[in-house]
Amino acid sequence: MKNFIVPDNIAISDSGFIFLPSTGETFTLNEMGKEIFKLLQAKKSLEEISSEIIKEYDIDEHTLERDIEDFILRLKSLNLVIQV
Amino acid sequence: MSSKKIYERPIITKNQSGFMNKFGSSSLVKPKVEIDGVLVKDLVDKWGSPLFVISEKQIRSNQRNALRIFKSRYPKVQFAWSYKTNYLKAVCAVFHSEGSWAEVVSEFEYQKARRLGIPGENIIFNGPDKSDSALLNAINENAKIHIDHFDELYKLIELTEETQKKANVAIRVNMDVGVYPKWDRFGFNYENGEAWQALKRIITSRNLKLIGLHTHIGTYMMSADAYKTATIKLVDLAKGLKNNYNLNLEYIDLGGGFASHNTLLGQYLPAEEVVPSIEQFADAISSGLFELSGSLDELPTLILETGRALIDDAGYLITKVLANKRLSTGKRAIIIDAGVNILFTSFWYKHKIHPANETGVHTEESAIYGPLCMNIDCIRESIVFPNVKKDDLLVIDYVGAYDMTQWMQFINMRPNVVMIMQDGTVELIRKSEDIDYIEQQEILPATLKNFK
Ligand SMILES: Cc1ncc(COP(=O)(O)O)c(C=O)c1O
Repeated sequence: MKNFIVPDNIAISDSGFIFLPSTGETFTLNEMGKEIFKLLQAKKSLEEISSEIIKEYDIDEHTLERDIEDFILRLKSLNLVIQV
Repeated sequence: MSSKKIYERPIITKNQSGFMNKFGSSSLVKPKVEIDGVLVKDLVDKWGSPLFVISEKQIRSNQRNALRIFKSRYPKVQFAWSYKTNYLKAVCAVFHSEGSWAEVVSEFEYQKARRLGIPGENIIFNGPDKSDSALLNAINENAKIHIDHFDELYKLIELTEETQKKANVAIRVNMDVGVYPKWDRFGFNYENGEAWQALKRIITSRNLKLIGLHTHIGTYMMSADAYKTATIKLVDLAKGLKNNYNLNLEYIDLGGGFASHNTLLGQYLPAEEVVPSIEQFADAISSGLFELSGSLDELPTLILETGRALIDDAGYLITKVLANKRLSTGKRAIIIDAGVNILFTSFWYKHKIHPANETGVHTEESAIYGPLCMNIDCIRESIVFPNVKKDDLLVIDYVGAYDMTQWMQFINMRPNVVMIMQDGTVELIRKSEDIDYIEQQEILPATLKNFK
């Protein structure tokens, strides 16, 4: 399975605000987006992220898998994660 | 289960400083759960998706409002429903029951009006394409024939002489009203004297009765002033006829063209904020008509052939989400079951699109594509839209004008059209097509029948 990491120079605020110093762009995440982004920063694998969320939230595995996949694609296109 | 937290799909939004309004504020994307009190979901359960929905109530209110506005400024006003804008029988019948005549531009449209029981004298026959038989029929039925070019004028002289019948005619005039593009393909030009030439020729012909003047200066006009200019130029011709030939016209017809509340693709601000109101168009036209003098009896009737402004906001297209995708650029794409072949106006409008359900507050820049296997099938290049999932319903606003006439049968059938009646009941007014309907026009040559 593919894994993704967040470059070290990218920080996220508690409110879910990201500033990308290289371009000056800013982004806002919702609660779940923030949670997943923090797990990615903590270098968790996608399986680990998925199982942590399923433990805590009312969501089925398939929907979550699709949503995470879609979210990661979006982060990739915004240069906020790198595939490793 | 119940101890678990509520899940919401993860979302990231790029902030666009000082640019938040580029796609229209997301507050515009409000869910539309019902149309005229009928649940969108119930409509689709019964009639399928996609589905065109027309509001009888909205048409009547638009027509009454426009008539009231014009009548409060000029005493004699007559609307003629522009068939090409939407010629479904039920739609035309609503307009006719509000007192509108028919404005047609082909023999087919003429026949449609006649089949609905509109007498020839209440039909305005416009357009550059009128066959000899169509002209003869229009002459016999006393229709108002608006002459488009000299070839047609001479043809009418010939036909009326052969048959010894009189024809009621007007000419279409084209002119510079200070807007671009200038519509000079239709009718006779005002500035170079061609229109006056044509009028003189009609007056000297024995069997043509000159009853009016017509112009249609363009469509989706954003300038009310252009109508004042157009009115003044037609009034100038009318005064010339009065002074030189002591002729009083029955009517002056200013055509259609008032902008509706749909926002154009290139337009930054929403249409509601930039297009003139009906009141402003009416002010412009009535101020041009002031120049006319004479008793009420002698005053010409003002005819209006308003199309899109009277019906755009009475039409909706309900469509279903087929899929969500991520494009290679990272942009989200929403695939819906309605394509550009049935939503022709997506080539020039940024339609308002709503989810038919409550959605989360988060929005994302998205493209909306139709189901056709064609790159051109793009309903919207870019819209900030909430998250929707497969099988969710969307409602596209303001599709009453031109979509149900310019639509194409392509790859799939054209869908059902229903009308929500004033009393809240729903009537099917055009059945969706099926393979038999499509194939009944086809003929397979015998030599091709047994290929194996
Ligand atoms: C002669 C004529 N009258 C009326 C109309 C209706 O125009 P609109 O829908 O812009 O009001 C048209 C449309 O192009 C037209 O050609």
